[in-house]
Amino acid sequence: MVYCYNKPFSINVWGWCPGIFGNIRKRVRIRSICHNPESVAVMKFPKAILWAASLTMFQATALADTVKIGFITTLTTPAAVIGEDMQNAVNLAVSHLGGKMAGKDIEVIFEDDGFKPEIGKQKADKLVKKDDVDFVTGFIWSHVLLASSKTVLDSGKFLISSNAGPSQLAGKNCHANFFSTSWQNDQTPMAMGEVLNQDGLKSIYVMAPNYAAGKDMVAGVESVFKGEVVGKDLTKWGKDRQLDFSAELAKAKASGAQALFVFYPGSAGGAFITQYQQAGLKDVLPLYTVFTVDSLSLPKLQSTNTEGVLGSKSTMFWGPDLDNPVNRKFVEDFRAVHGNYPSFYAAQSYDTIMLINSAVTATGGDLEDRDALRAALKKADYDSVRGRYSYGNNHMPIQNFYLREVVADDDGNWTTRIVRTVFENHQDPYAAECPN
Amino acid sequence: MDWQLLISQLLNGLQLGMLLFLLAAGLTLIFGIMDFINLSHGSFYMIGAFVCATLVERTGSLIASVVIAVVIVFGVGLLVERFVARKLYAHDHLDQVLVTFGLILIFDTLAHLIWGAAGMTIPLPAWLNGQIDIAGVIIPGYRVLIISAGLAVVVGLFFLVTRSRLGMLIRAGASNRTMVTALGVNIDRLYLVVFALGAALAGFAGMLIAPITEASIGMGNEIIIVAFVVVIVGGIGSIKGAFVSAILIGFIDTLGRSYLDDLLSLFLATRYAETAAPALSAMTIYILMASVLAFRPQGLFPPASSMR
Repeated sequence: MVYCYNKPFSINVWGWCPGIFGNIRKRVRIRSICHNPESVAVMKFPKAILWAASLTMFQATALADTVKIGFITTLTTPAAVIGEDMQNAVNLAVSHLGGKMAGKDIEVIFEDDGFKPEIGKQKADKLVKKDDVDFVTGFIWSHVLLASSKTVLDSGKFLISSNAGPSQLAGKNCHANFFSTSWQNDQTPMAMGEVLNQDGLKSIYVMAPNYAAGKDMVAGVESVFKGEVVGKDLTKWGKDRQLDFSAELAKAKASGAQALFVFYPGSAGGAFITQYQQAGLKDVLPLYTVFTVDSLSLPKLQSTNTEGVLGSKSTMFWGPDLDNPVNRKFVEDFRAVHGNYPSFYAAQSYDTIMLINSAVTATGGDLEDRDALRAALKKADYDSVRGRYSYGNNHMPIQNFYLREVVADDDGNWTTRIVRTVFENHQDPYAAECPN
Repeated sequence: MDWQLLISQLLNGLQLGMLLFLLAAGLTLIFGIMDFINLSHGSFYMIGAFVCATLVERTGSLIASVVIAVVIVFGVGLLVERFVARKLYAHDHLDQVLVTFGLILIFDTLAHLIWGAAGMTIPLPAWLNGQIDIAGVIIPGYRVLIISAGLAVVVGLFFLVTRSRLGMLIRAGASNRTMVTALGVNIDRLYLVVFALGAALAGFAGMLIAPITEASIGMGNEIIIVAFVVVIVGGIGSIKGAFVSAILIGFIDTLGRSYLDDLLSLFLATRYAETAAPALSAMTIYILMASVLAFRPQGLFPPASSMR
């Protein structure tokens, strides 16, 4: 029987015979059996696999020779479309790095949170205790990140958010080992509030899902917008989320607002825009969105010819057309493999891997020296797809925000185009509450 | 009071009620006649939406796709009854819940494998994509179509249940199953038809909603709980009860979402009303169910001489 229970060892089955173990999941499973020699499942495993696994014992390498990254995202439920985009970007980043950071192999373990905070926390537990990863990353959803953060941070590991930016972690619950490659939730809607002011609007109607990020988005736009918020709807969210917005759209129209501000991430965004068009609101209530119109929803909207979305405005820290060498390469290579434009989720996930690479390279591959790693992470010394940015005391990016509008590109594909810079080097409003 | 808004909200409520009825009609018959709890009823809703979206993509015709997709979902219903459900009628409810929950997972994963995680949209033809102006109330044309299609099914079901031989057997089965068997009716075939009919109705509901919300994995699981509430409020096994309670719940849910924050802000600070309203409006239908269960546990319109 295979015994590789000693902590400093790990098996490199993948490296040994990639033809059989074509993906990371299989590799993890075999290793888990390795950790539990009494497991009944071992008996059921084909002998060939056991044989391969025991052979690789001779190849067993010290743990410190791999950089282990746990990546928690949503890979089931309709939100899997976001998770898959992030996964694609992480894999692209790993291949751009040639599979190595400072000479060490990169191992990424993807976990599915099922769109549920409690599952996300379980997966974080597993990554920290069983897989003993060096970095826990990913997290689309603020409520999942909040549920998982304590587990990760208490263990002394680094937690890097590739999307969610809840106000709690930016403010008084900020942590030395927490970093973000995205934004604090309030920042993007604050930029949108500024755009609404610049467009001279006096009244808006606000719609968002009823969860941590939805509330942050609403708070963000309200804090900057100088006009009146004449109505607000927070709709049901989660696994049994509300996708039929007929009642809310009727209210918005009757409210007499000059514009509609919404936040509906993932596939809910597509459903919202479809209904916005069907209700004939394009000329009545111009649409201003954050994280709703993206490269995941646009191809589908184009396929149903939902022209209501063309010209709609959104704010973002990045865009596929942002002109810098790293971004050009990222967008080009991503499109070469997957066809569609990468989403902002993909951009942030790509940056997560590149940020880790910059820190691991700076410490010369030393993963034990946490202080050196932390200091290196904090420098953000790498070329991000958004260009250079810096970290504030709460480790949230201080970065530019742009106004984007939906246009057709030269090939006729619908995408977003950056119109102008709204905020330069913007810091989130919660940084002051962070004691660090 | 904004009357135009109220009318358009009532129409929205009616539309939701129609969808709920299409789901609940099959569920209540399967529950009432076979005494079978089918959690996976929502999967037919999802399958209907995906199959229809695929057909629209291939053929380009919405109406033809709907007709073919209904037949396909009917076929899926036949298969599920014959090979899964039939073996479970004799088991207790817990077994049925476990197996049909397993079916949900299987159908969701199959849908993920076949159609991917992204979900599918159904483009509407131009004549359905506009808005209709009814005495100053402007509502999307497609929503009117949902209401009319729902009403047409209601009328069809009414005639089927009250005027046809099959309907007579269905009613007899819902009120006294043992007696129907004792009278020599081929109960297996009755069950098969009722189950597949229920599946087809759920599938049809999925096709109707897909152009609005997209076909997505697990879309049925979101609505099936509400459909169960409809069945319980209406009285298990009662088509009439399902219809009345579906419309009732459609109204309560829609009006709760539209007016609860205004109502609460009459006696709460706006800030608190804004927070409490979404939570409370998500609860209204369950409050209704709890009250019905407390004061009239057999439901609003239980089938005549029900044995339960």
